[in-house]
Amino acid sequence: MLKTLVTILVLTVASRSTMAQVVVGSKNFTEGVVVGDLAMLVLESAGIEATHRSALGGTRVLFEALQSGQIDAYGDYTGTISQELVPGTPPDEHALRAALAPLGLGITSSLGFNDTYAIAVRRDLAEARGIETISDLRSHPDLQFGFGNEFIGRSDGWPGLRDAYGLPQEDVRGLEHDLAVAALRDGSIDATDVYTTEAKIDPRRMVLLEDDREFFPPYQSVIVHRLDLSERVPGAIEALSRLEGRFDEAEMQAMNASVEIDGRPEVEVAAEGLSVVMGGEVVASAATLFDRLTTTTLEHLRLVLVAMVLGVAVGVPLGVAAFRLPRIGHWILGGTGVLQTIPSLALLVFMIPILGIGAAPAIAALFLYSLLPIVRNTELGLRGISPELQESAAVLGFGGWARFRRIELPLAMPSILAGIRTSTVMIIGFAVLGALIGAGGYGQPILNGVRLLDEGLIMEGAIPAAVMAIAAQGLLGIVERHAVSRGLRIRRS
Amino acid sequence: MISLECVSVRLGNGRLATQVLDGMDLTVDRGRTLALVGPSGCGKSTVLRTILGLVQPDRGRVLVDGVLVEPATRAEVRRRTGFVIQNGGLFPHLTGGQNAALPGVRAGWDTSRVEERLEALSELVELDPATLHRYPIELSGGQRQRIALMRALMLTPDVLLLDEPLGALDPRIRWRLQKLLKSLFERLGTTVVIVTHDLAEADWFTDDIALLHEGRLRRRGPLSEVAENRDDDFVSAFVESHGHLRLPTAGGGPAC
Repeated sequence: MLKTLVTILVLTVASRSTMAQVVVGSKNFTEGVVVGDLAMLVLESAGIEATHRSALGGTRVLFEALQSGQIDAYGDYTGTISQELVPGTPPDEHALRAALAPLGLGITSSLGFNDTYAIAVRRDLAEARGIETISDLRSHPDLQFGFGNEFIGRSDGWPGLRDAYGLPQEDVRGLEHDLAVAALRDGSIDATDVYTTEAKIDPRRMVLLEDDREFFPPYQSVIVHRLDLSERVPGAIEALSRLEGRFDEAEMQAMNASVEIDGRPEVEVAAEGLSVVMGGEVVASAATLFDRLTTTTLEHLRLVLVAMVLGVAVGVPLGVAAFRLPRIGHWILGGTGVLQTIPSLALLVFMIPILGIGAAPAIAALFLYSLLPIVRNTELGLRGISPELQESAAVLGFGGWARFRRIELPLAMPSILAGIRTSTVMIIGFAVLGALIGAGGYGQPILNGVRLLDEGLIMEGAIPAAVMAIAAQGLLGIVERHAVSRGLRIRRS
Repeated sequence: MISLECVSVRLGNGRLATQVLDGMDLTVDRGRTLALVGPSGCGKSTVLRTILGLVQPDRGRVLVDGVLVEPATRAEVRRRTGFVIQNGGLFPHLTGGQNAALPGVRAGWDTSRVEERLEALSELVELDPATLHRYPIELSGGQRQRIALMRALMLTPDVLLLDEPLGALDPRIRWRLQKLLKSLFERLGTTVVIVTHDLAEADWFTDDIALLHEGRLRRRGPLSEVAENRDDDFVSAFVESHGHLRLPTAGGGPAC
């Protein structure tokens, strides 16, 4: 039993240790993932072994991962870099390169598209009235605007735009972004804000106006990479730079639409896009369901197993200590209780500065969560032993370790195992959140599914997680049959 | 020989503390049987627990065969003492046999010696050896007490302490065990202290009864002496609560 567990543990821990030469990361939205796949594919086509850890999280997570060397490159935007990563630097390639160099980081030139805000107007209206630029909107005060809630509030959104261009429109409504785009398509509003490459832009129904006063900051797409990559993997940075200037807004928008609207895998779309712009055939088939399930299952299993082994190894002794030393026991039980009240997402994020991203911080967070049921049930199981039995043990000469080993532990075992069972099922569920910080597992398909509004993908993570929880229950039931005396399992007939 | 010399015990802390034993003097000669009788809370169980070193007296001292009971000696005292409590105190995760064998196993006996002793003891307490493979939860109350008795007798103790051993049994089984215990006390020649709240039962076992009340010894002797002198309110009330007693010297008890 123990042997099998250890074998599984070693195998799952070892499964990730075969590292590729270059690790590409990506942010958790479609375009980020497609750019990540493009980077991975262009590296592979140059004969460099590369892997893509997809949809790891937001800007901060990726930047931390890049700085700590857990990934070597990821796709970002000049505007984002200048605002969030090296604040105060103008969003200009040379300036950014100079600001990033001291951090050991560099960027490629623009991949060719600028994913910034744009004003989209109904095509029939724009053609009828000859509206081509944002300045043209000044002579059409009757137009109805519907903007995304975020855009309407930000100073670099509608208020800034109105002041910069002196726009006269007064019929301006705030809507949820996706609804605003849908409303523009069916004609219930005349103009809205969009991102220049977003999938939902329908070129037959809408026109993007030229920002003739350059109000919106540039969000040129670039690959951010570690500078030491040039020494570690010669040719890698050159390979990445082959993506420069290859994709314009329409091409990127079409790729995003292939993923989000046609439901195709990002890597397939990226391979196709790369073949077109670079000539020749770049082949990448998306992993089969079986492959994906194998990967996510191993990742998930590893998170849960390592966290639970640690949880039991620390939790049971803590529970014993809480029982034996009531004075500090109070603090132990209180402390593990407080850990439980930290929102799981927050706990994961707290772990990032300490342990970076990936499996380590996720395991640490899961381990902390696993403690409470184990510690409490261990303490409860020991405390539940009647004073008569404790006295009988004392009178029979059982003290110290012998009493614990022969009397207390077996008597508390049902309660301890119940705690471990509760913890395991809970941790299998919590481990889904690990995907938010790049730990993979069943959370990855769920996150992708939420991002793409693809219920099938969500099920691909949710169903196996439920199956794993049920299997764990069953397995621990078997453990219980071996570890708990029959005298404690049978009921009085 | 067991002797308690002016033993006082307070249990609990601060204002909640209660005086459980209050200057208790008590001796039991080697090979004799003493029955401790009294209402709940009179301190009779505490007497046994001071003998075992489970409770440390605040004043006075306890000696077992001349050995002062204190932390340094209590392991030795416990090894030479058998202890049976109301519900047997059997460990539910061990079979009857494993429970009974514990003292032998603790003493480092080999399996065959333990097996032999179990066989002899099960004969002594009139228990079907097949029951030894069952867990306590599968056994009747009487079977559990017989096994507890085997455990207490495993190392052939010099002293046997029984804390209301028959209190939880139905009358028919209780009667059988009363007979068994009495014959055992006579045959083994062990020093016995048995706690009961029932004067009749105490009288059945021995002519040496100690009546306790609020941590003090109130009467000592055979039933006839314990029960006389009804002008003491407590003694008279306690004896009268045992309405069915036939008292040889007191003449007209309430039962007559």
